[in-house]
Amino acid sequence: MADWISLPVNWVFLVLALVIAFAGVKVVTSRNLIHAALSLVGVLASTAALFLLLSAEFVAWVLVLVYVGAVLVLFLFGIMITRAPMGREVSLDNERRGLAAITALATFALLAGTSWVAFGDVEIEGVGDPITTGDLADSLLGRYLIPFEIVSFVLLAALIGGIALARKDRSPAEEAERTDA
Amino acid sequence: MTVGPAWYMLLAAGLFVIGIAGVLTRRNALIMFMSIELMLNAVNLTFIAAGTALGDLSGQVAVFFVLVVAAAEVVVGLAIVVAVYRRRGTANVDELSEMSG
Repeated sequence: MADWISLPVNWVFLVLALVIAFAGVKVVTSRNLIHAALSLVGVLASTAALFLLLSAEFVAWVLVLVYVGAVLVLFLFGIMITRAPMGREVSLDNERRGLAAITALATFALLAGTSWVAFGDVEIEGVGDPITTGDLADSLLGRYLIPFEIVSFVLLAALIGGIALARKDRSPAEEAERTDA
Repeated sequence: MTVGPAWYMLLAAGLFVIGIAGVLTRRNALIMFMSIELMLNAVNLTFIAAGTALGDLSGQVAVFFVLVVAAAEVVVGLAIVVAVYRRRGTANVDELSEMSG
């Protein structure tokens, strides 16, 4: 235990884990949508820091760029479009709390038990043979080239779908007028 | 002795069930989306922890793909929420019940 405490890495992990847990609970319990979105920023930023701790630099910065940069802005736009009054909201919860708690606890027991059985005695190696961004790039454009291209196509489809969905709907009267003309 | 991958996975399991609780109990579609993001994030953390522990590159590649798909999901999901809101004036999923029999 003493040598566990003496290592700074463990302290960093502990602090980040506490931040993630606290902010995660805040995301799902906050009555204010803006606060929930900002707590999500905290969770994602701390996760990116954990990725750095696990020496996955590239994915960490992608997480910061894509999530903290883009997705959160999208969320804030969504909040502002759908909730004109920005204040507290009373009826955000439904009545199935007991069932939700049972499901959540059972899932946690399953996940935690499995990962502990599988990885409980595995240690993370020191700086033996770190995975560099170059390795990642080689593998993305080599072994995983087809999935990489498919995923870019998924992005294109999502782009078109988003535009099609968010376009202004014509009312039936306007539609009839348009087909008459 | 540093924290092993199992600790990261325990943390990820905790984050995942927080997300589950959020999806199951909240009514606002946007909060449900944020909870789904929490769950995806927990899975990413597990991938990275396992990849680092096993010295395998595939963990990071999987996370990369999950990030892209999650971004696409948010775009389409938020567009649907905005479209529903424009038509119905609410983002409360309990009020959208025409399709239940």
